[in-house]
Amino acid sequence: MKVRINGRPAVLDDGATLRDAVALTIGRELDDAGNPRDGRRLGVAVAVDADVVPRSNWGRTAVVDGTDIEILTAVQGG
Amino acid sequence: MHTATEGTAPTGLSVATDSAPGFAAHTAPVDPLVIDGVALGSRLIMGTGGAPSLDGLGAALQASGTELTTVAMRRYSPETGSSLFELLEDLGIRVLPNTAGCFTARDAVLTAELAREALGTDWVKLEVIADEETLLPDAVELLDATEQLVRRGFKVFAYTNDDPVLALRLEQVGAAAVMPLGAPIGTGLGVLNPHNIELIVSRASVPVVLDAGIGTASDAALAMELGCDAVLLATAVTRAQDPVRMAAAFRHAVAAGRLARGAGRIPKREHAQASSPMAGLAGAAG
Repeated sequence: MKVRINGRPAVLDDGATLRDAVALTIGRELDDAGNPRDGRRLGVAVAVDADVVPRSNWGRTAVVDGTDIEILTAVQGG
Repeated sequence: MHTATEGTAPTGLSVATDSAPGFAAHTAPVDPLVIDGVALGSRLIMGTGGAPSLDGLGAALQASGTELTTVAMRRYSPETGSSLFELLEDLGIRVLPNTAGCFTARDAVLTAELAREALGTDWVKLEVIADEETLLPDAVELLDATEQLVRRGFKVFAYTNDDPVLALRLEQVGAAAVMPLGAPIGTGLGVLNPHNIELIVSRASVPVVLDAGIGTASDAALAMELGCDAVLLATAVTRAQDPVRMAAAFRHAVAAGRLARGAGRIPKREHAQASSPMAGLAGAAG
């Protein structure tokens, strides 16, 4: 299916969840709770259609064709 | 090289003097700043904005002695990943996410929620600006956003104008700290209205953090002498020619200003007042 991640077109497998979308974007494996398997903290948050989706819900949030996904992290700022 | 340490900024926060051994006040560290039950050992809050490299930023943060630093929330990019978050974790510095770039309460609330989810903190530096030219806070949206965020359980550090009335209003709706600007963001003009800052301090019952406009160390010392509980700055360090050295300068300036405020300055006088006795001068009559 076709979606947008951070404003750019992306292709996800049918049946993909938000967790799959995040893992694909950041290149890290995530467990069921949405935490990275590398043992470090994740440091990203996800909004779908301007609503924050808590990490614990990523694995059971199905992505549908055309979904607009925003994945944010901390950058330098005063 | 004049000395062995030239080129290396001093980083130790030592306000001790060798001349007064045994005088505890000289060797005691500056008292911690307590916000939301958290004690911060440094009263300098250094932002991460404006640094050309992450390595340089890390060195400056360490030299500043800060225990709290601001970050912005932006789209994840594969090139930089979460490298800033990881750096701050490695340095053990608490994160204060900001809502920079937000013009409305609605945008600021969404950004704060994203920051809480991403970074695991309910502290937020609330920044709701009116326009990109002045970057001045929009008082109406700021007050609205503060109320909304407090209701949602956030600890709001409200970046505000140097307006004593607005500062009180922000406190009344539940801000954890009020952060009046010294001068507009990035100007380095220092504390333009010391009278207003003093007035804000004198009436506040939450911590007052001087935020924005700081140019050099003496500006930060002045803010602390006026009674501010802390100083927040970023580009004054990150865009200085030698950020690590400037970070150390601010570390000392904030500590010095805090100590001076507590020590109680002498009153200003219109006329000179000798500190040496006139009696007993050589060759004097009598």
